[in-house]
Amino acid sequence: MESIRDLLELIPYTTALPVWVQAILPPAVSAVILFLFVAVLAMFAIWLERKVAAHMQDRLGPMYVGGWHGWAQSIADTIKLLLKEDIVPAAADKALFKAAPAIVFIPSFAAFVVLPFGISSIVADLNIGVLYLFAVASLTVVGILMAGWASNNKYSLFGGMRSAAQIVSYEIPAALSVMPVIIIVGSLSMQQIVRAQTGGIQNWFVFRNPFTFLAFFLYFICSLAEVNRTPFDIPEAESELVAGYHTEYSGMRFAFFFLAEYSNMFLVAGIATTLFLGGWSQVLPAQWVPKQLIPGPILFFLKALSLVFVQIWLRWTLPRLRVDQLMYLCWKVMLPLALVLVLGAGLLAVW
Amino acid sequence: MNLDYSGDIMTLNMGPQHPSMHGVLRLELKTDGEVVVEAIPHIGYLHRCFEKHAENIEYPGVVPFTDRMDYVAAMNMELGYVLAVEKLMGIQVNDRVRYIRIIMAELNRIASHLVAAGTYGLDLGSWTPFLHCFRDREKILDFFEETCGARLLYNYNWIGGLMFDLPEGLERRIIEFLDYFEPLVEDLNRLLSYNYIFIKRTASVGIIPPEVAVSYGITGPNLRGSGIKFDVRRNEPYLGYEEFDFEVPVGKGEFGPVGSCYDRYMVRIWEVLQSCRIIRQAIAKLPPGDVHATIPKRVKPPVGEVYMRTECPRGELGYYIVSDGTSKPYRVKVKSPCFTVMSGFREYSRGAMIADIVAIVGSVDIVLVELDR
Amino acid sequence: MTPREIEALLKERFGDRIPESRLDGLCSWSLVDPAAILEVARFVHDDEKLKMDHLELLGGVDYKDRIEVVYVVNSLTYHHRYTLKCRLPRDNPRIRTVESVWKVANWHEREAYDMFGIIFEGHSDLRRILCPDDWEGYPLRKDYTFPGKYHDMPV
Repeated sequence: MESIRDLLELIPYTTALPVWVQAILPPAVSAVILFLFVAVLAMFAIWLERKVAAHMQDRLGPMYVGGWHGWAQSIADTIKLLLKEDIVPAAADKALFKAAPAIVFIPSFAAFVVLPFGISSIVADLNIGVLYLFAVASLTVVGILMAGWASNNKYSLFGGMRSAAQIVSYEIPAALSVMPVIIIVGSLSMQQIVRAQTGGIQNWFVFRNPFTFLAFFLYFICSLAEVNRTPFDIPEAESELVAGYHTEYSGMRFAFFFLAEYSNMFLVAGIATTLFLGGWSQVLPAQWVPKQLIPGPILFFLKALSLVFVQIWLRWTLPRLRVDQLMYLCWKVMLPLALVLVLGAGLLAVW
Repeated sequence: MNLDYSGDIMTLNMGPQHPSMHGVLRLELKTDGEVVVEAIPHIGYLHRCFEKHAENIEYPGVVPFTDRMDYVAAMNMELGYVLAVEKLMGIQVNDRVRYIRIIMAELNRIASHLVAAGTYGLDLGSWTPFLHCFRDREKILDFFEETCGARLLYNYNWIGGLMFDLPEGLERRIIEFLDYFEPLVEDLNRLLSYNYIFIKRTASVGIIPPEVAVSYGITGPNLRGSGIKFDVRRNEPYLGYEEFDFEVPVGKGEFGPVGSCYDRYMVRIWEVLQSCRIIRQAIAKLPPGDVHATIPKRVKPPVGEVYMRTECPRGELGYYIVSDGTSKPYRVKVKSPCFTVMSGFREYSRGAMIADIVAIVGSVDIVLVELDR
Repeated sequence: MTPREIEALLKERFGDRIPESRLDGLCSWSLVDPAAILEVARFVHDDEKLKMDHLELLGGVDYKDRIEVVYVVNSLTYHHRYTLKCRLPRDNPRIRTVESVWKVANWHEREAYDMFGIIFEGHSDLRRILCPDDWEGYPLRKDYTFPGKYHDMPV
């Protein structure tokens, strides 16, 4: 945000504007940039998912729209969704029904605020970054529950209930698996965490010690559950619940759910990158390459996208779990493991 | 599992329009949270009066209608009918016709089992095996298209013969396909059948104990999944199946009790390999001959009745035909394998979870058109 | 067992309650007195030598002067198959249910009821199965006239 403020100051006459406009301008501009960025990113993720899935399944996927490998397919789809009729079921709880997509989308959008794309490319380097992330991300569940309830459809309700149970449960091991990193860094600031990992691949937390190594995988699995991806996609399990909580949605509102899902995918990949894979820091050890050759943001994207690719890969490979198996996995496997990791990392830090 | 629920019961109508009801099956689920206390199937949404139609059409004209009963395994459906009428009329077809019928029926069985396995993966949330299966099924459908011009509804088996002989070089291409296909079954197993989550989802779900399976008249892969070794091709051979060397796979209960969804699924996978064996033998032995030689000019069976059963991919398909000596059947009654398997659904789905209901419906592999006729 | 042996066994056990049999290679059958059907069914199901534990098919046939109920039964142990038949009057056809012997008979009997109007006495849930619940008439009877309309909709 600081860089945006500096940039805005370069534009003549901004200082002549009223004080409150001056105050509100940098955040507003950042928000607009971030929104566009998230939207484009989600569209790209959708296109990527379709192409990856297609190639895994011996087909080609989108090939026509836009020319090269159907690159504009997502854009066309978005336009189609925006132009579609917005149907609100007669028996739905109208206010909740209309508010739910926004409430699902806003947290995932807001969480991008603390994601450090580069040394200076961060909207706000909060000193409670990680805490903020978890706080904001957990808001999504409210929107999903609202959507499930307001649709007045039993399948939606089931989807909403499942989703609430799942996200709330998996938040605990997800938050605990981040602890080893925080113990080592001693800060919740995302930039501090990345700085602690600079200097090459050997400094990344994933390779720092056995506890953080396991914590990375634990976090990744939990994050899959948090964004409702296969094998944990039971809230929107197509073959069971038709489409789960967004069964009754169409057009623009459906697009918001879709956008939120894919931006969430990138978000958790971004968090994992920041916390465990060194964020924007370089891959090669500093002894060999003292100066970072590739710009930080590009590195960050490459790392995050490779994690997104793994998410897609898993989705098109695995069947989905059942609700009770999912809960079993969370409470009886992930949670004890996470506690052991926190304990181990803590002991290691003290020792 | 304790079925004495005191909580509030919610009725959830699964179907007739639902992505995993394999057509238009409607299940009335009494759910207590995620647990289904009772699942009551309601059928008839696709009833097309096949038996009434058949009474008003001449014998050869019924064949296309049988195709439309089980569109996934149409070759087998028409085969059963044609054999029944031939038995009634006392027609003996020559060896070439017999062998081509076996090749076609077994190819169709592979295609049908591929659909079953693929959509089963889909029911459990796994997309990729579905498309892999359909990719290979397309190749089989190409053979059918080459032979009779149709990909799904063939009208290929005629009373007393076949519509066309095999096109030039098809035998060789079928063998090439089998060489390509057989290793892919192992691929499918690695991708889906031995997947840990897949086993978890299926291995102790939807158990049909042998006595229940027998009492509900369950047949085919579903019966064999319960560990009962019965296959019409082996135990009451028709078309000369006794000349072929093949095994009848039964459910082994590798990862849970015998008769689970997993066993039924695996029986189908193993059957695919056995079908490949039969096709190879049939092609090796394929004699020359005229496939039109025994087609009667007029189909007018003598007064009488016949019951003919064949092993179609979904189980035992029976045709009970009553003839009154005219050119139209007096009565055609179909013993549909899907009908019997669904009749027991209420019993073997009790106490399952909603996700399991989907797994069970997928594992018994029903085609609703055949169920409703 | 061959159909001849099965027929002999039935004849020996039930005497004149098996009034007629026809044994040919196509479909060997015995006529059973409708009043005795449950007893015969239980016998063929339980008898050690028959063990016909699999009810293949249960269906009606309308012969214009009578309605026949056909039971094709099959043994998974001995792999033999036999057909039982019952002749019922066309008006008010009634017969005991065999649901207690083979559970699959439940649905088969519902179908026979749906298509021919055969009342299966003692059936636990005798409703229409393939046709809508409020359908009129029994479609597979030979004198059935197809209604032009269903709920004022042309069909």
